[in-house]
Amino acid sequence: MRDKTMTAAEVAAQVADGMTVGIGGWGSRRKPMALVQALLDSPVRGLTVVSYGGPEVGMLCAAGKVAELVYGFVSLDTIPYDPNFQRARQSGQIAVRELDEGMLHCGLQAAAHRLPFLPIRAGLGSDVLRLNPGLKTIRSPYGGEELVAMPALELDVALIHLNRADRHGNGQYLGPDPYFDDLFCLAAKHRFLSCERIVPTAELIAGGPPQSLLTNRLMVDGVVEAPGGAGFTSCVPDYERDESAQRRYYEAAIS
Amino acid sequence: MSRADVCVTACADLFAGDGEVLASPMGPIPLLGAKLARATTEPDLLLSDGQAYLLGAEGVEGWLPYRKVFDVVAHGSRHVVMGANQIDRFGNQNISCIGEHARPARQLLGVRGAPGNTANHKTSYWVPRHSKRVFVSDVDVVSGVGYNNAAELRFHHVHRVVSNLGVFDFPAPEHRMRLLSVHPGVTVQEVLDNTGFDLDTSGTGLTREPTERELALIEQLDPQRSREKL
Repeated sequence: MRDKTMTAAEVAAQVADGMTVGIGGWGSRRKPMALVQALLDSPVRGLTVVSYGGPEVGMLCAAGKVAELVYGFVSLDTIPYDPNFQRARQSGQIAVRELDEGMLHCGLQAAAHRLPFLPIRAGLGSDVLRLNPGLKTIRSPYGGEELVAMPALELDVALIHLNRADRHGNGQYLGPDPYFDDLFCLAAKHRFLSCERIVPTAELIAGGPPQSLLTNRLMVDGVVEAPGGAGFTSCVPDYERDESAQRRYYEAAIS
Repeated sequence: MSRADVCVTACADLFAGDGEVLASPMGPIPLLGAKLARATTEPDLLLSDGQAYLLGAEGVEGWLPYRKVFDVVAHGSRHVVMGANQIDRFGNQNISCIGEHARPARQLLGVRGAPGNTANHKTSYWVPRHSKRVFVSDVDVVSGVGYNNAAELRFHHVHRVVSNLGVFDFPAPEHRMRLLSVHPGVTVQEVLDNTGFDLDTSGTGLTREPTERELALIEQLDPQRSREKL
């Protein structure tokens, strides 16, 4: 089996200007911050970022990497708003496609299933349709209900962080929530997983129930060992969010 | 009995008759309200820990990661109590941004799950500081869908708004916000003075006071009295 181990810098080198990058995790939870840092350290620009947004969105905006953001929200969880994201929005620095968070899920699902769209009720009646004139509705051929035709959110690159993985791309989450990391991988052409620890495959099986094996080999192209690689966001049970580090990020961003 | 206690029972009353659905209260007062409702009249309510677990009366009773929350939303067996940076006379709510969306004066959260919540299941709102900045005639961005935008939404149901001053609903057929009751110690005029549009006050009553048993339960649920920091 292929050895897919690589460095975070090697991951960043595969991200080209203008690509669409999906980032796993949720808010300030299990974000692939080591991979994001590698993007910040690289010269890449003009990215379209798709995310349940946390501090990585603010950081990428502050570094001028983001041309467009596709999101339902951006939050630091214990701090409601990310100041760097606010500044990027309030200065008109980035284009946005703001969606209901269920629509984001739906668009990733459509891409994962290689469908052009999936119907969803969320968005109807709200300004999501007014603010995204590219979004179309579709009438059910069985009885006529009108629904949003959520287009597939096809990604060039997916970046996720898990607790454990083997060197072939079998990945494991050990906390209570998988978030949508598997879906980000299935929606993307190039999929990179960082993890707290690379372990032999047998250790994955010993380390948690079969349901904890979130990614398999066909969903992952590169594996990066990055202990602490989600920090300062949470990566339970390995570590909780580093609230004081997050607070320092916040203070630096507002000053 | 404090104003906060009245707000907690008003939030508990939001869930009256809901039965076995997921109560999703956002904010400490609605959360206390949902817990109080479950401890009194609505024992079958489901409550999450705000992360990925369902918490029963005796601890964890189930698993509800975000992806499953979306399933519950689409299934409709949920009653959410959201916050609102702005709410208007037809119950449209805004948590996205203030000003023009293309270049907002102030960026807020984003629409989050508000469009999906209001399109799929019962929705109420909690406003801790009732003011004309929040109660506006028209919201800047429709995140949560109000009645004038809901003609095509067969599962739309904005139930009530609870603020620190009173309780509001949207009676048919016009579905314009009505002042259902003022909290003890609040005058109708005070509510009108802090609301940026006309309210129907013809049938306005007084928000009920918590019972002795409810007050004891609230104390038990919130011994640190964090509810007083409205």
